[in-house]
Formats: sequence, structure tokens, C-alpha cells
Amino acid sequence: MKTPVISSSMAAGPTPSIVVAGVTVRYGNGVTAVHDASFALGPGTICALVGINGSGKSTLFKTLMGFLKPAKGMVSIAGMEVRQALKRGLVAYVPQAEEVDWSFPVLVDDVVMMGRYGHMGFLRIAGKADRDAVDDALARVNMLEFRRRQIGELSGGQRKRVFLARALAQGGRIILLDEPFTGVDVKTEDQIVDLMRELRAEGRLMLVSTHNLGSIPDFCDQVVLVNKTVLAAGPTDTTFTHANLQRAFGGALRHFRLEGHALHEDADARRVTVISDDERPLVLYGERDHEKLADGGQTTRGQTTRGQTTRGKENGERATGREGRSS
Amino acid sequence: MIELLLEPFGYQYMVKAIWVSALVGGVCAFLSCYLMLKGWSLMGDALAHAIVPGVAFAYLLKVPYAAGAFFSGLLAALAMALVRVRTQLREDAVIGIVFTTFFAVGLLIVSINPTSVNVQSIVLGNILGISDEDVLQVAIIAAISLGILIARWKDLMLVFFDENQARAVGLSPTRLKILFFVLLSACTVAALQTVGACLVIAMVVTPGATAYLLTDRFGRLIIIAVAMGVTTSAVGAYASYFLDGSTGGLIVVFQTILFLAAFLFAPRHGRLAARRAARSVVEPVA
Repeated sequence: MKTPVISSSMAAGPTPSIVVAGVTVRYGNGVTAVHDASFALGPGTICALVGINGSGKSTLFKTLMGFLKPAKGMVSIAGMEVRQALKRGLVAYVPQAEEVDWSFPVLVDDVVMMGRYGHMGFLRIAGKADRDAVDDALARVNMLEFRRRQIGELSGGQRKRVFLARALAQGGRIILLDEPFTGVDVKTEDQIVDLMRELRAEGRLMLVSTHNLGSIPDFCDQVVLVNKTVLAAGPTDTTFTHANLQRAFGGALRHFRLEGHALHEDADARRVTVISDDERPLVLYGERDHEKLADGGQTTRGQTTRGQTTRGKENGERATGREGRSS
Repeated sequence: MIELLLEPFGYQYMVKAIWVSALVGGVCAFLSCYLMLKGWSLMGDALAHAIVPGVAFAYLLKVPYAAGAFFSGLLAALAMALVRVRTQLREDAVIGIVFTTFFAVGLLIVSINPTSVNVQSIVLGNILGISDEDVLQVAIIAAISLGILIARWKDLMLVFFDENQARAVGLSPTRLKILFFVLLSACTVAALQTVGACLVIAMVVTPGATAYLLTDRFGRLIIIAVAMGVTTSAVGAYASYFLDGSTGGLIVVFQTILFLAAFLFAPRHGRLAARRAARSVVEPVA
């Protein structure tokens, strides 16, 4: 990927941070989606938001985006109220694939330009700075050659990159990513992770909701585990543990454990634990209750149980799916 | 021959009908670009029917008909929102119940007070017989709506495409959606005069749907749709002089002809293009 061209306006600005303190969110029908949730994140962070479906991940995202107002507690972004932070364009959002209308008549260029609206005047007429920001953002995600395509004509990974480019063009110091690896091939996933590492090095703060447990230790330095509240939050090393995951997922995880005779002939007490929430599994290895990540993050990648061919196929189907406009 | 073709322009009521129709057709076409993308097309139909009692009341009380129409349109929108929030009913059922109720009330009022207004001119439109006060009302509504749309079209596009992003760049999706529906009801009121309540739906759907087959860019979509709305409305009003037929009917027929042409011949999304594409995929195999 191209070396980042960071404009001074992007590097400057308030230090990114997210503080969620004692937040309770209720929906109109009286259901409490999140109760007394607290966590705090600072600059230069990639934080994974982990939990089962319906655990309140998207509620927390919506609260951070100002769509839902907490019934109790406080949310502050870069030391400001959510509304203020949004007004200043500090928060960029990368939506889930299902949230986007892929048949909408817009080109890749147009979508990325939408990230610049906050920087434009009343009539939203793009200036040179806006066009440059779009060019840079597209170059960073390797999508320049697709800029004249209608968005429905892209593959799953390309679509994801377009919305990442939009977040970059916006210059958001805080980026919320909702399931960025769903429907994306392994190569694109690596590209996205590399880009996120670069962005972290620039001091940005990223909050990633993901089911991809196995890759979390690869690139996330912080983890927030949720189930109707924040169960645990902190550095990946100390928080992303077997015990905490079990609290977060209960019986919803696929759980494989290989030990004793299934693994060794001798009396070796070590065992292999594979935990999977549908996507890439987490592999732990070691003696009972002292298991560690199997040989660091990178090697677990090779051991992905979910076939890569399946993913590739899924991807191909998406690209030609009827949701696109190409006829 | 040329004299015959120019004949309509010799009558003031024809000239008036042509330019008022064109103006209204243009604004409705602008709105159609948004409406059809959200699957809200039926909303336009609902609104057109829902404003009928307002118009009837306005004629009864001798207040500007636009005010009455607007008020009852708003009431209908509120009723729909209320029923949707308070029940588990699907949107189409809610729309169906509310708009038929309003339309029925409207017809009832008109039939009880036959002198107040002609039912036919509400349901089928009566652009050729439009009064000067009504022309003024329609022109003001259409011009203001057009001005707002030209200034805010990009923001509205963003809200319709991606509300979260709209929020992330500091826009208020709720406010912009309210703005859109206010414009939609205002323009429906205006279109009532040209094509009538029954055919308003075509004015706020067909041009956008046609343009959608012709382009992949929203800006061009608007230009194509507006051009189509203006042309078909002006030509429809003009042609009604010779055919002595309903202006509204002619406008909608012309729009449908253009839609069919796009459906068949659109360079990328048309049927013939699709066939060509299918053939070119097969050829290398053969």
C-alpha cells in the first residue's frame, strides 16, 4: 500500500479517545439493551468489541454514533459530547455489508466523496482538498482503478475497501468498524489489518466489532467483551482469556478441546483448545488453565479450520449476486 | 401545418397549462429520484389521496386549497406514523388503511357539498381550467421546492444512501427526511392540479425509475429525470389541445412510453443490452 500522505489537518485536532461510563441504553419498547457499561480507550489503539449476537455490540455502536441516547451514564468522544464530536467529523463509520444498498446509483468515487461532506460548504461542492483526499484514500486501499465502478459491481473485499477509503477521506480520528471481515477473503483481510496497523501508528483509535476470535490477538491491543453490559475490558494479553470468553459467550461458542490420549501417548499435561464463534477460531495451547495462544498469532492463521475455498466461493457469489446492478 | 402546430400557443389558457405542467412535472421528477430508491413509491400515492379531504375542506371554507391539502397531508403522515409505531402491522397495510380512509372522507365531503368543488377536477386534474390564483399557488410551491432541492440534493442523497454516514458528517437525517416529506406533500398538492390524485403516483415514480435504467450516477439521474418530467408534462399539455383528451392521462402515457423505451434500449441496464451481454458470454464457449 502507498505510504500515507497525511495532511496536517488530519494529524492535528483533538486526541482521539472514547469514554463510556455507566451507560444504560433502552429502546422505545422498554427493552434494556445495555446496562451499566463502562470502558475507556485512548489514541493509537485497535480495540475489538466481542460478544454474541444481541449482546449489545450494535447498541454500543449506535450510542457512539449518537443514534441512541443513553438513559443513564455518559459517553464522551475526544473529551466532547457525541454530537459535538460528530459535528467536527471526528468519528468515521465503516458499515456492515448488509446495511448498504448496493444497487444505489453511486460510483466508488461518489461514496468516498461522501466522507468529505463535513469539510465542504453549504452546497457540498468539492474543492481541490476534497478531491485530493479522495485520491489519497483510494490509493491507500488500492482501489484507484475501480473508482468509476458502480458499487454493486465490486466484490465483497473491494466493497469493504471503498468504505474504509471513505473513513480515511473523512479524516476521522476515531473509526468504528462493524464486522469488517465478513464476506472478505483472507488476502483482503490481511490488507485491511495492515492498513489498520498503519492507522494505529498514526495515533488513531479504532473500535472493531468482530466474530473473528482467532485474529483478534493478531492486531487488537485492547478488547471489550460484552453481554448486555461490559464484562471485561483491557489489554488483549490479560483480558482476552479463556475464562472471560466463556463468560461472554456462554454456550454459544463452538469449543473443541484436545488433551491427554487424544493428543499424546505420554503423560504430557498440555492440551489444545479451539474456540470458535463461527469464523476464524481461537487456538490455545498449554497446561490446564495456563494455556496460551498457540505460538503467537501468525501461525494460528495457517491452521484456520474454516476452509479458505469456502470463503473464496462465498465472495464470488457476492460479486455476481443479484444485489448488484450489473445486468 | 406550422400554423396548426402553433395554434395552442395562441390561447393563453394553453400557454399557462404548458408551463405550469412543465414546472410541476420537473419538481415531481426530482423527488421521484429519491422516492423510488427507498421503496417508498407508494407513499406518493398515499399522500395524493390523503390530501383530497383537505382540498375539499379548503374549498368549503374558501381558504387557499394548498393550505388545506398540506394540513391533511400532514395529518395523514402523522396517522401513518402513529399506527406504525403502535402496531406490528406492515408498512403497506398501514399506508393502505390510512390513505383510503382519507380519500373516502374527501369524497364524502365533496359529494355532500356538490357546489364546493368538482370531484372530477380533484381526481383527474384540470390544468386547462386552472384559475389564476391556483396558478400562483402552484408556481410558488414548485419554485420554492425546486430551489430547496437544488441546494440540498447531495445531503438528501447521503441520507437516503447511508444515514449513519450522514450522522457522522454532522447532518441530521431526521430533519432532512422531514424536509423531504414536506417537499413531497407540497409537490403532490401542486401535481393534483395537473394530473389529479389518481395519477400523481406516476409523476413521482416514473421519471426516476426511467433514469435509473440509464445511469449509475445520482447527479445524472436527477438531470435525466427532471428533463423527462419537464418534457413529457409540457408535451402532454400541448398534445391535449389536439386530442381533446385528459391532460393528466397524456402526460402519464408519454412518461410510460419513455420508460418502456429505456426498459428495452438502455445501454447498460436495458433488456437488449442484457441479451447482448448474455450472448457475448456464451460466444467464446461456442
